[in-house]
Amino acid sequence: MSHTEKVIFEYSRDGRGAHDQWPADTDPAALADLPAGLRRRELPQLPQVSELEAVRHFTRLSQLNFSIDTHFYPLGSCTMKYNPRACNQYAMLPQFLARHPLAPEASGQGFLACLFELQEMLKEVTGMRGVALSPMAGAQGEFAGVAMIRAYHRARGDGERNEIIVPEAAHGTNPATATMCGCVVREIPVDAAGDVDLAALQAVVGPRTAGIMLTNPSTLGVFERRIAEVARIVHEAGGLLYYDGANLNAILGKVRPGDMGFDVIHMNLHKTFSTPHGGGGPGAGAVGVGARLLPFMPIPVVGREEGGYRWLTERDLPQSIGRLSAFMGNAGVLLRAYIYMRLLGRDGMRQVGEFATLNANYLLRRLAAAGFDAAYPQRRASHEFILTLRRQARELNVTAMDFAKRLLDYGFHAPTTYFPLLVPECLLIEPTETESRETLDAFVSALSQILAEAQNEPERVRSAPHTMPVRRLDDVRAARQLDLAWKPSAQQES
Amino acid sequence: MSQVPADLKYTASHEWIRTLADGTLEIGITDHAQHSLGDLVFVEVPQAGRQVKAGESCAVVESVKAASDVYAPFAGEVIAGNPALADAPETVNSDCYGAGWLYRMRVAAEALAAAGLLSAAQYQKVQDAEGG
Repeated sequence: MSHTEKVIFEYSRDGRGAHDQWPADTDPAALADLPAGLRRRELPQLPQVSELEAVRHFTRLSQLNFSIDTHFYPLGSCTMKYNPRACNQYAMLPQFLARHPLAPEASGQGFLACLFELQEMLKEVTGMRGVALSPMAGAQGEFAGVAMIRAYHRARGDGERNEIIVPEAAHGTNPATATMCGCVVREIPVDAAGDVDLAALQAVVGPRTAGIMLTNPSTLGVFERRIAEVARIVHEAGGLLYYDGANLNAILGKVRPGDMGFDVIHMNLHKTFSTPHGGGGPGAGAVGVGARLLPFMPIPVVGREEGGYRWLTERDLPQSIGRLSAFMGNAGVLLRAYIYMRLLGRDGMRQVGEFATLNANYLLRRLAAAGFDAAYPQRRASHEFILTLRRQARELNVTAMDFAKRLLDYGFHAPTTYFPLLVPECLLIEPTETESRETLDAFVSALSQILAEAQNEPERVRSAPHTMPVRRLDDVRAARQLDLAWKPSAQQES
Repeated sequence: MSQVPADLKYTASHEWIRTLADGTLEIGITDHAQHSLGDLVFVEVPQAGRQVKAGESCAVVESVKAASDVYAPFAGEVIAGNPALADAPETVNSDCYGAGWLYRMRVAAEALAAAGLLSAAQYQKVQDAEGG
């Protein structure tokens, strides 16, 4: 395998091309009615390569990838589980692919039925009263959730409520979402065992509290044990509870956010429900709501009536926060999630949560025995857990980032590094339920060998990776001197 | 071991405070903070004239690892943000207690007294507790 691959523009030669892809020659007369100011003065500088050169270029690039189809990918908080081929196969049926989003409802009943059943299954598994599928990603699902919370308070004439409480163990996106929705963020700490500090929560709730955003299990890889108490405090203060579905995989089929007291939830279908993601998206961030937020759901939602299924719109949900996407969101992703849930069934879904948690706890115990420090040794792991390499960083001057880079040489994608920010020198490891014991053992073996290297030949770890197409990138310089455009003319001049 | 100059005051959230000759206060982040964040790539400082409340986020320091808010240790008026940091955020890494100051404030005596600032020795203990 070649370890370098040029930018496609570097293969470009004047006049070379693939007839199928090349834009047709344009007759300047056809553009005469375009205002001069809107016409480009020079042609776009597209690469001129043959079809075979384009195929080889992108195939070689794909071979440089770490992916779930080639490597164990324990990227914490991302749930990089196997995406069953069957989901893809059925979602690619020509009747789905060729369906036009503006086709009449009567000719799309099969598609609508799939989405309706997906809504019903998601309601059942999360314990919510309504589900809307249109948000196109987790971030948009979060936006929809907080927008609904605000709409609820406004509709009650309680519009002064604009504070969103965010524990420091929450997802980093939560404060961003609250700010996007015009709220003020009130951060509260967690205690030494990783649970929300209830005294701090009591101190911040009040007449301005719009709600709280929680991830449970939290980003610390532990279950929030006093969630019922948190719900009581926030509800008594007049606020609502938002559940960030980032870690839903841990509790799938076991505990339901609706039963914990949550009023609204977003679900990353591309994580828990196994549609492709991680650069291969797109995602889907369906939202679920309790009774209080039902009137505010984003539209469209699929409804069932005598005689069939139809889109529910502004007419059915006049208080809706509105539309978040053209049509119904990422239809292909929703279909894959639907098929995944149908394949699993109720018992299968319970096994997802159980095996994801079992795999994480197995890895945690074995790595602790191998000499690594758990960030919360007194706690059982959820579907993921945190190691802190603070001791190795101090004693051996080998950091979490060095371990992560060296793992690439051993054929493993690195875990999430330096997140959550609360834990110094941390690795957040999420194996998911689809990995075998042999794979987990091989990962333990690799980390153990790297630990031995860190003790005996630390420079080897500090200078890793040694076998990748690129070594350590200068990410600081890349951020300080942004250079995002390839300039063919500059290359010709040099 | 990170530096903790004895002549400055501190907060538990890793800001330092220096009293200037004219009685105004200069605020920055500590050596421990800049070291934990790593190489900074972006710094946002508050504009002169802004009134801030105690505990309000009024500056942002961003590294390749994380973006962190810097909180006002006390209520008062911002009289200057460090203009040099927009083009040279790395100054905070290289000289956090000097040229890498973030902003200056005018603060009433009562607000300052109420802030409960830490001495260098007290701040050192905070760092030790976090495992430095």
